[in-house]
Amino acid sequence: MSSVTDVGPVAATRTPEGEPRAPRKPRSGALLGVLAWLIGILFVVPVLWMVLTSFHSEEDAATNPPSLFAPLTLEGYRSFFGIGTGANPWPSLANSLTASVVSTVIVLLLAIPAAYALSIRPVRKWTDVLFFFLSTRMLPVVAGLLPIYLFAQVSGLLDNIWLLIVLYTAMNLPIAVWMMRSFLAEVPVEILEAASMDGAGLLLTLRRVVAPIVLPGIAATSLICFIFSWNELLLARTLTGTVAQTAPVYLTGFVTSQGLFLAQVCAAAFVVSLPVLIAGFAAQDKLVQGLSLGAVK
Amino acid sequence: MSGHARPAPAAVAATVLVLGLSGCAGWGGGPTGGGPDTINVLMVNNPQMEDLQQLTAEHFTAETGITVNYTVLPENDVRDKISQEFSSQAGQYDVATLSNFEIPIYARSEWIAPLDEYVEADPEFDQDDVLAPLTASLSGDDGRLYGEPFYGESSFLMYRADVLEAAGIEMPANPTWQEVADIAAAVDGAEPGMAGICLRGQPGWGQVFAPLTTVVNTFGGTWFTEDWEPQVDSPEFRDAVQFYVDLVREHGETGAPQAGFTECLNNVVQGNAAMWYDATSAAGSLEAEDSPVKGLMGYAPAPVVETDSAGWLYAWSWAVQQASTKKDAAWEFVSWASSAGYEELVGAELGWSRVPAGKRASTYGNPDYLAEASAFAEPTLAAIEAADPDDPGVQPRPAPGIQFLGIPEFPDLATQVSQDVSSAIAGQMTVDEALARGQDLAEDVAERYRERASG
Repeated sequence: MSSVTDVGPVAATRTPEGEPRAPRKPRSGALLGVLAWLIGILFVVPVLWMVLTSFHSEEDAATNPPSLFAPLTLEGYRSFFGIGTGANPWPSLANSLTASVVSTVIVLLLAIPAAYALSIRPVRKWTDVLFFFLSTRMLPVVAGLLPIYLFAQVSGLLDNIWLLIVLYTAMNLPIAVWMMRSFLAEVPVEILEAASMDGAGLLLTLRRVVAPIVLPGIAATSLICFIFSWNELLLARTLTGTVAQTAPVYLTGFVTSQGLFLAQVCAAAFVVSLPVLIAGFAAQDKLVQGLSLGAVK
Repeated sequence: MSGHARPAPAAVAATVLVLGLSGCAGWGGGPTGGGPDTINVLMVNNPQMEDLQQLTAEHFTAETGITVNYTVLPENDVRDKISQEFSSQAGQYDVATLSNFEIPIYARSEWIAPLDEYVEADPEFDQDDVLAPLTASLSGDDGRLYGEPFYGESSFLMYRADVLEAAGIEMPANPTWQEVADIAAAVDGAEPGMAGICLRGQPGWGQVFAPLTTVVNTFGGTWFTEDWEPQVDSPEFRDAVQFYVDLVREHGETGAPQAGFTECLNNVVQGNAAMWYDATSAAGSLEAEDSPVKGLMGYAPAPVVETDSAGWLYAWSWAVQQASTKKDAAWEFVSWASSAGYEELVGAELGWSRVPAGKRASTYGNPDYLAEASAFAEPTLAAIEAADPDDPGVQPRPAPGIQFLGIPEFPDLATQVSQDVSSAIAGQMTVDEALARGQDLAEDVAERYRERASG
């Protein structure tokens, strides 16, 4: 068991705890701060640009040079929600939500026991198993697209949201297993030994000892899985039609080769990215803990 | 231990919730989703299709009881999806928008259903009103009709009549390309930031090679001879491409290598180009109510060199999938969307400049339409009627098509060559280099056809 904690990439970077980091010189600190701000702004500007454009009219959105201070309008959002156009985004949003939430839940139900068997009580040749999981991600999705399509057609699963749920589960499982393994590897062996000495069985240990420690990790993993499923376009575009269409496919429908569409697409993209943003903000504290769990210890 | 088991974590609750929801709402379902009175339509996202979507519930479903589910995708995506759907005959969609490029090819593969019987049984539809070149180009090799046009277009030269007049230039009634190049040079910079002409430079068989192939045709060039000899590096083809590249580099729009239909439309609307050679359907946008150039434009036939006319022929059309089990309902929809009555409906509800025109002779006799479209109606009709997909150049061709060649390999071939032509427009490559590579690619295609012919 001790081998587990030694192997993880996390354990290798272990440093003596409790030693406060030597304070940096104020000047280099300020420089770093400015640099961080610059990089931060650089990353946020395109998103802000998208939000701003979504409130412009199509004509203002298409000008070159761009018109920053053009009058604001909700036209883009009106067309996204199909007011007066006969389009309806709600089935697509509901489909995306179903596919993302259900597949994420299934992934967690499968990945946590698997990760347990690869870290806390590792099975034999667990490194091979871990590599096998990863290897399933090595085939580009597009290479499997045709067989999947033909399979779906023959089995009558085309345009069925359950097919996407199965595929998204398969797509995210390896990542979730890897992430959960590194989080579970963080659970100190001593605590598990102490729990077992106090007579706690497997389930009680899992619930009372392991779960609280890895909860941030579970939050981070599920958010990643949710984001990947929510944003997936290639499979959804190929395998769905009128019934199981997901939000990203609906979004691409605003792109046209004849006429202006930038403001509409920006509005659509903003609405479609909202659920992920909300989920991210809601889980922010857990997420920061979770994502840094493997980093500094 | 189990006695103390607390309620399952939130995850399980979420599963139950979502499963319950999805069960109730009925999301998901097989390819035959929907009842007998529901048809699925896969279409390209052009403004005319958006209008159709808007009018369907109130004016089609309410009258026929047939519900229409639309899937709307951008042009390239919709082509991918249609070819995937139709080649596997998946039967998910009953109707799809295909163009006169795909319809003869799909008909040959029996992926789409012939419509003759429906047309004969439906005299109200009035097939004879549909412009003859369109009916011909939507028919298969077997002479049967496989598609009904939604809107048709040719190509012509659009120019700022006010700018030319201010410069003291008169547009000839049938301009040649050399005359157009001279005018482009004269009006280049006539207003601040105004280019002499806007021409597509964006890679893609349907982008740069749509106008460019018509230029090649009228310069006397062709992609292939009748017996499948590739002609991409022939002097005529080379002269045409060199002329086009020089013109757009010297007097064309900024950002030409990335400019397609949309970019050129923006340029003209914003006063950044004095002329534009492109689809006749663009005129509707230029003359729209809110267009700053409304009433300022003039329209001339596609410029020529060796041929009498050079305009292309293109029609987004409806085709019914062979595997569809609802062909009757599909025809109801097709005959409604392609009817003269639908054009009148759009005119009355949304405005006559938004009518999906260019397909019926009666449109051009409609006083309401002419009142709105008088500037471009006559040139559009003349351009479409002059288009001859079977003889667009100076030599016989192995397959029909004006701005394309009607073979399945053409999109791949022309898109690859177009990338090099686009590089030539950007100045990263010479036209000779681009076409030498194009010739090799064309040779690969030609070889297959020659082998088939001899074998």
